[in-house]
Amino acid sequence: MNPTVVDIPPSGIRKFFDIAAEMKDCISLGVGEPDFVTPWNIREAGIKSLKDGITCYTSNSGLLELRRLCCRYYSERFGVEYAPEQCIMTVGASEGIDLAMRMLISSGDEVLIPEPSYVSYMPCVRLSGGIPVPIRATAENGFKLTAETVRAAITPRTKALILPFPNNPTGGIMTREDLVEMSKALEGTDIIVVSDEIYAELTYRGTHCAFASIPGMFERTVTINGFSKAFAMTGWRLGYVMAPEPLLKQMLKIHQFTMLCASTTSQIAAVEALTHGFETDFADVRAMRREYNRRRNFVVRQFNDMGLSCFEPLGAFYAFPSIQKTGLDSETFCTRLLMEKRVAVVPGTAFGPSGEGFVRATYATSMEKLIEACRRIREFVESLA
Amino acid sequence: MERSFAMEILDILAQDSRTPAAIIAQMLNTSEEAVKAEIKRLEDEKILLRYTTIIDEEKTESESTIHALIEVKVTPQYRQGYDAIAEQISRYPEVRACYLMSGSYDFMVLVDGPNLRSVSQFVTEKLAVLNGVVSTGTHFVLRKYKDNHVVMPNGRDDYRQVVTP
Repeated sequence: MNPTVVDIPPSGIRKFFDIAAEMKDCISLGVGEPDFVTPWNIREAGIKSLKDGITCYTSNSGLLELRRLCCRYYSERFGVEYAPEQCIMTVGASEGIDLAMRMLISSGDEVLIPEPSYVSYMPCVRLSGGIPVPIRATAENGFKLTAETVRAAITPRTKALILPFPNNPTGGIMTREDLVEMSKALEGTDIIVVSDEIYAELTYRGTHCAFASIPGMFERTVTINGFSKAFAMTGWRLGYVMAPEPLLKQMLKIHQFTMLCASTTSQIAAVEALTHGFETDFADVRAMRREYNRRRNFVVRQFNDMGLSCFEPLGAFYAFPSIQKTGLDSETFCTRLLMEKRVAVVPGTAFGPSGEGFVRATYATSMEKLIEACRRIREFVESLA
Repeated sequence: MERSFAMEILDILAQDSRTPAAIIAQMLNTSEEAVKAEIKRLEDEKILLRYTTIIDEEKTESESTIHALIEVKVTPQYRQGYDAIAEQISRYPEVRACYLMSGSYDFMVLVDGPNLRSVSQFVTEKLAVLNGVVSTGTHFVLRKYKDNHVVMPNGRDDYRQVVTP
């Protein structure tokens, strides 16, 4: 077997899954997906396509109509002008991450990755023969990646920088000013930025800023997004990657020979998601964001009130409170909370060693469950004092 | 588009009217006092009228309730239009709702009763004979599949795995 694969540890999240899945009356704040079901009009479009017998492949890069809509979406929502030829529909944003890494990395190339961050970046870099270079993002800095820390990490072998904002698990975001600063750190280098913007619509203060919209950055940016979070379509496995043609052409080859194309049913459903979205000025997305925002306010207040200091997450749907005060490490905290109070949260260490001292709690769960979960966590924290 | 404080509160209560003011305050990042004061204002001004329940009647032990939708055609009255007759219809305790409609009839009247006979009696003896009522058409509800956004029977609605990245 390939030693690179053998050496990659399994996702730290899995351990909890096995225990929690068997537990009765367990409230899970461990979920990384919306609690909303895909809106009915979108599901219906998928069903209709099956009834109509549209069960064939699409072109490798995906339905032209859908790519046009994705480009229009980036243009109208985030002010970035991509052409349909600069877009590939992928099997979730996850495939986009893999495509970008495989397209960019030669053996020994370094990739800068903020930490804590999503579990896939490190393994994808390693599988491509690259060397992940984690850069610690701290609560004091709002879990942003600072230009100084990036500058300090750049070496002649640095090939790419991953910018996953809004961030899973911290909820940190990068504003336009932050990204402009970041772009300055990249001047004089050939570093490509892989901007994972899957949580773009879940930004609670101001609107999301796409890295490709920063002056001079378009040519060196690979933008990744998808339908999972904004349209509650996780199980449909549909994302997209957008980049200037020289980069995109190479990714398309990998996609073509490994995936052929993304699910046709999902692509047709996504056409409805965006078409209806434009017709209604994305009312469903706004309603979802409003709902998440209330829950966000609630859980952040709750954590702070119970003495677990919680940075205000301005994006995604996670709270990332510090549990250092309890004296427990992240994994012990999560295991004991699960065993003693039947609440599942994810240890910060699942997102890299610098997640130690934190836990991730998803607030994409009904208020009823959030209230009960917070009550149990509070009981648990008080029992430790 | 920012929504007003009142609309935010009404929206939360529409989903769960038992949500305590303290929780609403945390959801909206404000104080409990502010929420309580606003709810009181909404009640005082008769904007927030009642906190009620949604029940799956098929699962209750009590005698079944019959629901009927009745189309009513009327002759609008001089100077009062539809208001006078609407008020009269609305006064009956059997009437759960009374709406003025566009289309081929004037009122949609929702009536509840313990059995078919009582509802029929109400229509023939009370509603149809009202001054101004031209005709009625009664539709009995056979089964409720969805009421107030709640699909019945209310089964499993969360198919997510317990822990995902």
